[in-house]
Amino acid sequence: MEKKERPLSPHLGIYKPQLTSVTSILHRITGVGLAFGTGIFIWFLIALGWSENCFDCFHYFITSFAGRLVIFFWMLGMAYHLVNGIRHLIWDMGYGFKIEDANKSAIVVFIISIIVAVSSVCVAY
Amino acid sequence: MSDKKHKSIISPLKAARGMGADKSGFHHWWMQRVTAIALIPLTIWFMFCAVGAIANASYDRALEWLSSPLHAVLMILYVIATLYHAALGLKVVIEDYVHKESLKIASIFFVNFACFAGAVASIYAVLLVSLKG
Repeated sequence: MEKKERPLSPHLGIYKPQLTSVTSILHRITGVGLAFGTGIFIWFLIALGWSENCFDCFHYFITSFAGRLVIFFWMLGMAYHLVNGIRHLIWDMGYGFKIEDANKSAIVVFIISIIVAVSSVCVAY
Repeated sequence: MSDKKHKSIISPLKAARGMGADKSGFHHWWMQRVTAIALIPLTIWFMFCAVGAIANASYDRALEWLSSPLHAVLMILYVIATLYHAALGLKVVIEDYVHKESLKIASIFFVNFACFAGAVASIYAVLLVSLKG
């Protein structure tokens, strides 16, 4: 098919970032990150089921500085995706669509997800 | 539909089926919500209970933790809900950003395969741990 040069609507990049657009793209970024994060607990489970040697290798990584950093950002992403996911489910029920409400809930999501992430890391160690 | 425009023996509904929106979109949307709701309590359990075992426990402590029937069952549920939810979500992301049809189909195939394989391997591992304990 012949490709015609049609006018395009402005790309997202030209808009000033807003709370609503930032929370939206963060939901997607954390979602993709968490999909890769599943590799950590799959590795944990397989190592634990396989042998002690195999688990020691996992344990060596996860208790290293890099491993602890991974755990921290993993929990941060998980907390955000969890709390913002609940915000999405509330939207699905038809509530909170006014712009000022969406902006307020965005702030609430940031605060709660940081609290949840930090407390889960504190509980873990 | 007795007007002249509709000459075919095929009814308009039959002609429309399988075209446009009459596919699996609703099921995808619905299952994403179903798994999301299941994942609310499961993720809270994971963040406040499982991560301690993953991040910090020795071999013996981790074995002991996962041999508990409660944690083993919750782990299997978490694995299934998470990987199903991830496969659904990644499909949307791929559809949004990968425009070459062959690459798009290959990527979605790979994601579904990886998520399914990850779930099967994880469940098998949980069962191995239960049998060891």
